Amino acid sequence: MRGEALLKVRDLHAYYGKSHILQGVDLDIHAREIVGILGRNGVGRSTTLKAIMGDVPPQGSIVFKGKPIAGLKPYEIACCGLGYVPEDRCIFPSLTVAQNLLLGVKSGQKTSRWTVDDTYRLFPQLAERAETPAGVLSGGEQQMLAICRTLMGDPELVMIDEPTEGLSPQMIERVGDLLKQIAERNIAILLVEQKLTIALRISHRLYVMGRGRVVFEGTPAELRDNEAVRREWLQV
Amino acid sequence: MLELVSVSTLNGLLYGMLLFLMASGLTLIFSMMGVLNFAHASFYMLGAFFGFQLSHWLGFWPAFVLAPLAAGGIGALVERYGLRAVHRHGHVAELLFTFGLTFVIQELVQMVWGKLPVDYRVPPSLDFTAFTVFSTNYPAYKMFELATAIAIFLVLLAVLTRTRIGLIIQAALTHPNMVAMLGHNVPRIFMLVFGVGTGLAAVAGVIAGPALVTQSDMAALLGPILFVVIVVGGLGSLAGAFVASLLIGLVQTFAVASNASLAGVLGPIMPGAPAAIRDLWDVTVAQVAPVVPYLLLVMILILRPAGLLGTRDT
Repeated sequence: MRGEALLKVRDLHAYYGKSHILQGVDLDIHAREIVGILGRNGVGRSTTLKAIMGDVPPQGSIVFKGKPIAGLKPYEIACCGLGYVPEDRCIFPSLTVAQNLLLGVKSGQKTSRWTVDDTYRLFPQLAERAETPAGVLSGGEQQMLAICRTLMGDPELVMIDEPTEGLSPQMIERVGDLLKQIAERNIAILLVEQKLTIALRISHRLYVMGRGRVVFEGTPAELRDNEAVRREWLQV
Repeated sequence: MLELVSVSTLNGLLYGMLLFLMASGLTLIFSMMGVLNFAHASFYMLGAFFGFQLSHWLGFWPAFVLAPLAAGGIGALVERYGLRAVHRHGHVAELLFTFGLTFVIQELVQMVWGKLPVDYRVPPSLDFTAFTVFSTNYPAYKMFELATAIAIFLVLLAVLTRTRIGLIIQAALTHPNMVAMLGHNVPRIFMLVFGVGTGLAAVAGVIAGPALVTQSDMAALLGPILFVVIVVGGLGSLAGAFVASLLIGLVQTFAVASNASLAGVLGPIMPGAPAAIRDLWDVTVAQVAPVVPYLLLVMILILRPAGLLGTRDT
């Protein structure tokens, strides 16, 4: 629809031991787009992100900015401009908030759209707690920190796994607003969610996954109207 | 008595700091890779022999700088082309690899320098008495060893807590995957830590060589004590390694210097040795000193398996 996709995934397969988790996933993400991946537990949403990031060995074609990245090491993929915020957030608990942000900056990185002050403006609580060990932050603050830390590396696409998991309704709204603000700065977002907390509200397009494949692709409005897909693949 | 205490304290601190030079690298390597580097003491030995050879050719001070660099360089190559290749076969393979490496290094050292002690001496520029405690002349070389160890400790601390590479290392200790996914070349950081860690062990070898005996069995003699230090301190804990190094250093030094025995302590209240412990009656603490660290190891494993400051379960 808008020229060549930023990230283009074709026939992606991945295995955990002998179990065949991803069975041919196709995805496209364009620049400046917010795309959601929905689906029930265990259908392979998180594994899709890990396979793209090289954390799980991928089979198939993954092309980012016209460059095949399947088979590269995670740090090489990150250096291509792909950011990843894992489900467990993985902040460095003994380091301070400011140190966590500093570690988001890649070695040898010259410029960035984001400075530490930018992230503090997006989320002022981080500024107040800059010198606090990150391990004592609340769940919501840790999520914000994890997102901001990834932004410091100046990615063009950020993949975020379950950012609203375990957060209060008020915090969930703030995460949704934060992601929209990030997207406004020309960053594409691939958002994985199980419960439909923010994906329907902020996504431009949605994929629904089932049994290791993409079973639906469309806009949030199209998903809302498609009772059959929601009943079969989303409702518990 | 006061003389004995003050001299033993200095000696204990010195021994402890030397242990820490080695234990710090070992525990960092363990935290990062999950592998206990059995060959760590071998790099200490390489440091001593390189120090001997280079000071023979170039003098002590160039050797003091070059020997650790050479040993650390070998360490980095071992990580890059040895451990990294073995890594995909799991921890047991890695452990066996480092275990085998100790024998390779020992045999090579014997082939080059032989089995007898080499003549590695205190350099003339440091061969004088620093000060006199009561009637004991304390050698300047020991003060030099202590100062070197403390300086390296402070530099290491500053690098780890104040610099960006130190922060990356700290983060990679616990979350190597996340650090990689933020775009840091974690394998290269592993190589660096392995190189610096083995280089630090070599520093200990270079400076301890002239004071102790530089011989091809020195790694085998020191290795076990090193493992006691990091288990007592807590595997993977740098602070724990520091505390345990000083503790073991002091305990062993004082034990060696002590003439106390059961006969001495209980003699005044008991006329003769009870039959059950007659064999132990006259044994002095100095005589059982070698066993004290291992006794400590066993006690720690029973009472506090994670070590004094350790947090992990392994």
